[in-house]
Amino acid sequence: MRLRTLTALAGALTLSLVTGCAKGDSTGSSASTVTYWLWDANQLPAYQACAKGFEKENPGLEVRITQLGWSDYWTKLTAGFIAGTQPDVFTDHIQKFGQFADLQVLEPLDDLGIKDSDYQPGLAANWIGQDGHRYGAPKDWDTVALFYNEKMANDAGLTAEQLGGLSWNPEDGGTFEKAIARLTVDRNGKRGDEPGFDKNNVKVYGLATQGGGYGDGQTQWSPFTGSAGWNYTEKARWGTKYQYDSKTFKSVIEWYFGLAKKGYMAPFSDYNVQSNQGNTQIAAGKAAAVFDGAWMISTYNGFKDRDIRTALTPVGPTGRRATMMNGLADSISKASKNKAGARKWVAYLASDKCQKVVGDHGVVFPATPAGTEAAIAAYKKKGIEVSAFTEPVDDRKNFRTFSYPITNYAADVTALMQPEMEAIYGNGKSVNSLDQTTDQINLILDQ
Amino acid sequence: MSIASSSPPTRRGDGRLAAVFLAPALLGFLVFLLWPTLRGVYLSFTRFNLLTPAEWVGLDNYERMIHDPIFWDSLKVTVEYVVINIGIQTVAALAIAVLLQRLTRSALLRGIVLTPYLMSNVVAGLVWLWILDTQLGIGNEIISALGADRIPFLADETWAIPTIALINVWRHVGYTALLLFAGLQAIPNDMYEAARVDGASEWRMFWRITMPLLRPVLAVVLIMTVIGSFQVFDTVAVTTAGGPANATNVLQFYIYGSAFGRFQFGYASAMSVALLVVLSAITVLQYRLTRAGRTDLG
Repeated sequence: MRLRTLTALAGALTLSLVTGCAKGDSTGSSASTVTYWLWDANQLPAYQACAKGFEKENPGLEVRITQLGWSDYWTKLTAGFIAGTQPDVFTDHIQKFGQFADLQVLEPLDDLGIKDSDYQPGLAANWIGQDGHRYGAPKDWDTVALFYNEKMANDAGLTAEQLGGLSWNPEDGGTFEKAIARLTVDRNGKRGDEPGFDKNNVKVYGLATQGGGYGDGQTQWSPFTGSAGWNYTEKARWGTKYQYDSKTFKSVIEWYFGLAKKGYMAPFSDYNVQSNQGNTQIAAGKAAAVFDGAWMISTYNGFKDRDIRTALTPVGPTGRRATMMNGLADSISKASKNKAGARKWVAYLASDKCQKVVGDHGVVFPATPAGTEAAIAAYKKKGIEVSAFTEPVDDRKNFRTFSYPITNYAADVTALMQPEMEAIYGNGKSVNSLDQTTDQINLILDQ
Repeated sequence: MSIASSSPPTRRGDGRLAAVFLAPALLGFLVFLLWPTLRGVYLSFTRFNLLTPAEWVGLDNYERMIHDPIFWDSLKVTVEYVVINIGIQTVAALAIAVLLQRLTRSALLRGIVLTPYLMSNVVAGLVWLWILDTQLGIGNEIISALGADRIPFLADETWAIPTIALINVWRHVGYTALLLFAGLQAIPNDMYEAARVDGASEWRMFWRITMPLLRPVLAVVLIMTVIGSFQVFDTVAVTTAGGPANATNVLQFYIYGSAFGRFQFGYASAMSVALLVVLSAITVLQYRLTRAGRTDLG
C-alpha cells in the first residue's frame, strides 16, 4: 500500500515536471503586452524612449524590450520559433529574411501602409517576399566607409582631402593602393612605397584585415566589387544565379587579397572573428585604416588616445564610388499571441515620430529622411562627422549603393563561400576555384 | 523449507521497491536518451526543418552524405584531432598519475593538477584564444620578443587542429590523470616491494607491474576519453568557428551548422547516426583489444 502510494507520488512528481516544462511560457506575451527583441545594446536606450511614447499613445499596451548579443539573438530567436516562445516583434536582418520567409515564420504586413517614398531609397522594397507580401517595416540603414587613424595619416603625409579622393582599379590598384602602401610601415620604419620595404616584418599595416568576407564582403571587398560594376546575382532581389564566377569578380578578389601578399593589408592569419576584428587592429595601432560600417561609428570614436576619421570609399573602374547600403526592419512573428498590439507597435516603430526619437540618440541612421536628419544633427552635437556615410545616399550620381544579396538558401551560400574566400585569402588558392563553388551554390538555388 | 517458502514475498517486495527507485532514472533514460535516439534515427530518413512536418525521403540523406566531400573532410579533421588529443593526453596523464603515486602523497599537488578541469571549456577556449592571437596575444608577443616569427596557432590550416587538441589536453589531462591515479591505488603495494627486493628498477616496475595491472582502468578511461574527444565542439566554436577554410570543421560542428544554421535537421540526423555507428564500432573494438572486462590481478 505504502509502496503504491510512493510509486504514484513519484509518477505524479515526474509527470508534473515534464508537463510543467512543456507549458512554460517565457514570452510573457498577452493582450496588454508586446514583446520586442533587438541585438544592438547601443540602440536599447533609443528604443526604450520610443516605447515610452508608444505606451503614452496606447494606454493599456506595454512594450517589453529584450536585448541579446548578435549570436545569441539568432539562436534564441530560432529556438523561440520552434518552442513557441518567440517575441511578438523582432529586429530582422536581410541575411536571415529569405530563410525566415522559407520557414513561414513571418506575418505579412501589407495592411500597415508602408510606402517606398516615406523611406530612404530601396529600404522598403527589400522586405517584399517572393510571394509579393511585405514582411518587414524599415527601421534604419547603414553604409560602409574608410575609417583611418588621423595621426598615422599625417605621419604618412596624407591629407583628409587626399584620402577622400582616392580611386582604384584591379590592374595597379590606383591611388588607393598607393595610399595604403604609404600608410604601411615595416619593423625598420620603411614605408610600403619605399625601397627596401620588408613585407614580411610589418609593424603597422595600411589596411586592417576583416577576414574573407563570407559571400557578401560587406566590409571587405564589396566597396571594390560594387564600384567595378559587379552584382551578386542576376537580378536585384530573389535572384537564382550567383555570379562569383564572373571575370570581374575574380579579378577584383585577386587584386584585393593580393594587397596582403604585398604586405599592405594584414594577412588572414591576423584575423579572428572573436578576438581580432578590424576595429581591434585599429585600436591596438596595428593597422592604419579599415573599411567598416556606420554601426561602428560610436566604437571607433570611443577609442582612447586615437583620433579616428572617416573617408569615402574609393572611385572604381566604373567612375563611381560604391557601398553596400543595408537596412534593418521590424518583423512580426506569425505565431505572435498579440498580433493587434504588434501591428500597432511596428507601425509606430516605422513612423517619423519614433524614428526621430531614435535619430536624436545619435547611434544609428533611421530609415525615414526626418529620422536620418535627426541622427546627423545628434552625431554633429557629439562632434562626429558622418558625411562619409550619408553622402552615398544623397549623391546618387557619383555613388552606387547596393543591397545585401537577397536570395533563398542564404545560410547555404555562406557555408560554401566562407571556406572558399578564406582559402583564397589565407592559403593562396586560385580564384578560379570560385567557378566550382558558384556551380554548387547555383545548384542549391535551383532546387 | 520454511526459508524457501518465506523468501519469494520478500523478493517481490524488493523488486517493487527497486522499481520505485529505478523509475526516475529509467524515465530519464527513456525521455532523454532512448526517445531522442530513436527519433534522431527516424529523422535521418526525412527532410525536416523543424517548423514544418518531416517529409520521408528514404535513404536520400545517407546518399548525400556519402557524396558530400565536406562530410568526409570533417570526419578526417575529427580523427586527426582525436589522434593528437588522445595520444598526448593519455601519455601525459599516465606520467602524471605514476609520478603522483610514486613520488608524492600531497593532496595540494593533486588539487593543482585538477585545476584546469574546473574551468569551463568555453572559458578555457577563450583564454587560450586571446593568449595565442597572432597579432595581439601575449603568447605571440613573447615569441616575437624572443626574435622568432609569430605563429598563427588558430588561424593557420596546419596549426589549428593541433592547437585545439593541445588546449583540450591542457584542460583534461589532470582529470584523466586522477582517474588513472585511482586505478593505481588498487595495485597492491607489496608487488612493488617484492620487485624492489628482487632489484627491479622503477622503469622495469612500470612496464612489468603498473602497466599490466592498470590495463582495465586504462581501457575504460581510453574508451571514455575517445568518445568525449570525438564529440569536440565548444572549443572549436569559440576559437575558430570551424575555420580557417574548414580546417577545424569537426563533425559535431558540421552537424550543428547543418541543423541550426541551415535548418537541415534530416541531414544533420543522418550524420549523427553515422557518428553513433563510428563511435560504437570504435568502442567495441577498443573493449575487445584491451580486454577491458578482465583484470590481471588475481
